[in-house]
Amino acid sequence: MSPPASTPATHVVPEGFKPPKVTHNTRVLPGFKLSLGLTITYLSLIVLIPLAALIARPWEHGLEAVINTVTDERVLASLKVTFGISFAAAIANLFTGLAVAWVLTRYEFPGKRILDALVDLPFALPTAVAGISLCTMYATNGWIGSLLEPLGIRVSYTPLGIFVALVFVGLPFIVRSVQPVLAEFDAEVEEAATTLGASPLQTAFRVILPALAPALLTGFSLAFARAVGEYGSVIFIAGNMPFLSEITPLLIVIKLEEFDYAGAATVALTLLSLSFLVLIVLNAAQLILSKRGQK
Amino acid sequence: MSAKAARFPKTPAAIGLTLFVIAWMVLVIILPLANVLFEAFARGVAPYLTSLAHPDAISAVKLTLLVAAIAVPLNAVFGIAAAWAITRFEFSGKGLLLSILDLPFTISPVISGLVWVLLFGAHGWFGAVLQDAGIQIIFALPGLVIATILVTLPFVARELIPLMQDQGTDEEVAAVTLGANGWSLFFRVTLPNIKWALTYGVLLCTARAMGEFGAVSVVSGHIRGLTNTLPLHIEVLYNEYDSVGAFAAATLLAGLAIITLILKTFLEWRFAGELAAHRKH
Repeated sequence: MSPPASTPATHVVPEGFKPPKVTHNTRVLPGFKLSLGLTITYLSLIVLIPLAALIARPWEHGLEAVINTVTDERVLASLKVTFGISFAAAIANLFTGLAVAWVLTRYEFPGKRILDALVDLPFALPTAVAGISLCTMYATNGWIGSLLEPLGIRVSYTPLGIFVALVFVGLPFIVRSVQPVLAEFDAEVEEAATTLGASPLQTAFRVILPALAPALLTGFSLAFARAVGEYGSVIFIAGNMPFLSEITPLLIVIKLEEFDYAGAATVALTLLSLSFLVLIVLNAAQLILSKRGQK
Repeated sequence: MSAKAARFPKTPAAIGLTLFVIAWMVLVIILPLANVLFEAFARGVAPYLTSLAHPDAISAVKLTLLVAAIAVPLNAVFGIAAAWAITRFEFSGKGLLLSILDLPFTISPVISGLVWVLLFGAHGWFGAVLQDAGIQIIFALPGLVIATILVTLPFVARELIPLMQDQGTDEEVAAVTLGANGWSLFFRVTLPNIKWALTYGVLLCTARAMGEFGAVSVVSGHIRGLTNTLPLHIEVLYNEYDSVGAFAAATLLAGLAIITLILKTFLEWRFAGELAAHRKH
């Protein structure tokens, strides 16, 4: 490979020389290795290695043990309670959350700023505090529970209690997803619809709602995902009756307290996989909706 | 694009909807908050103060502050590093990194505690090794800290990434061209640009760290005066039918939540331009 002797020395390309790669990013700024290295190390230690344990440990007593745990009636019942009530609460929040977002963006009234700030309370209030407060409020001698008791409705220590707690936890997700879209919604489109003879209801359902659909679905997914994993605000008010009002996260704790690590990991992995599955479906639906909205 | 200006509701439908929303907010948000105060002072001020002065309550407050004081700075440093790497450089696998970063928001708090027991518990992967070395992680302070770190990991990074993406690198590239070294670049150019978003992220991270229940409940072992944080202290008292004690401790956390909301609203109002536009949490 060495050049002929007659070639001028300036043209000699040293062996092993590679021309510098021309990349999109020339990395002028310092700290790439340090920041990325720190990020990857931290994420590995805090998230990936622990998750590896969660994925690996269910199988230590064989596949049969996993199947037995997952198909256990009590586990199945808890999954039904968890996903069913999470779904119901997210649906309820879809309507009330939309109403709250609508009123907060469209109307002016005294105390609106405070109400707007308070929407985030469920994010800020520790779940244990929400849990004990809701439980006493809806108990038969509580503020709300005592009003419902004569009607034959019991909330605390029933599945309805789980619903109430999950509605509390999920409200801000819907409101905060919808609010920015509603605030930026072009008023001219609405006015155009009205000018063209659309009734207010027609405008709402055929013009505004389709534009809000992707944001509503985002809020729904976030509220649902949060509800499925929720623990602190639920366990006090749920009553935790096996097969009736026992949520899956509590069952994980119970298995752990019995030192059944593999069982706890199995139930946890099932819960996590199912909620990811739901989230993937909801994300796909959201993608389709927002594409349709762009046409 | 012109948004409709907010005005007083005039039509019957608008008035009805507004009243419904106010009633709903009172029922869902305001009553549970008011109920905390009501229950805490149900037997007057003296029992309230007595429960808060109890040694277990004081040690729970101290432990809660200690855990947050360790977990929040670590997540803040991580958040800055992650945001710097993600917004200032192109590399493959960035999407995957962002998904991993978001995972703690999707995982149940109980699972965020469970994973540490699977690793460091008595029957965990490293349980025997730790026992031989005389190191206790689960049912002790380190367990509380790592569980809290996992749950609150994304808060700071999630505030900084969209903001730093929007701000771009012009100022920083200019500073490097003028000869600034890495650290003076960070402290003199980047940090002043992100300080309010960083404050905002740290605020949310701290609130969650002090209030976390599910994850710490799994790793704590509920040892009184030793491994009970404030939320766990509330649980123990409530389950023992000490309603005033539980709600007295709850007023501290509810107060923390209100302060968080006030500071959050203030930051959003005062520094709207210096905070990221889109937020989920």
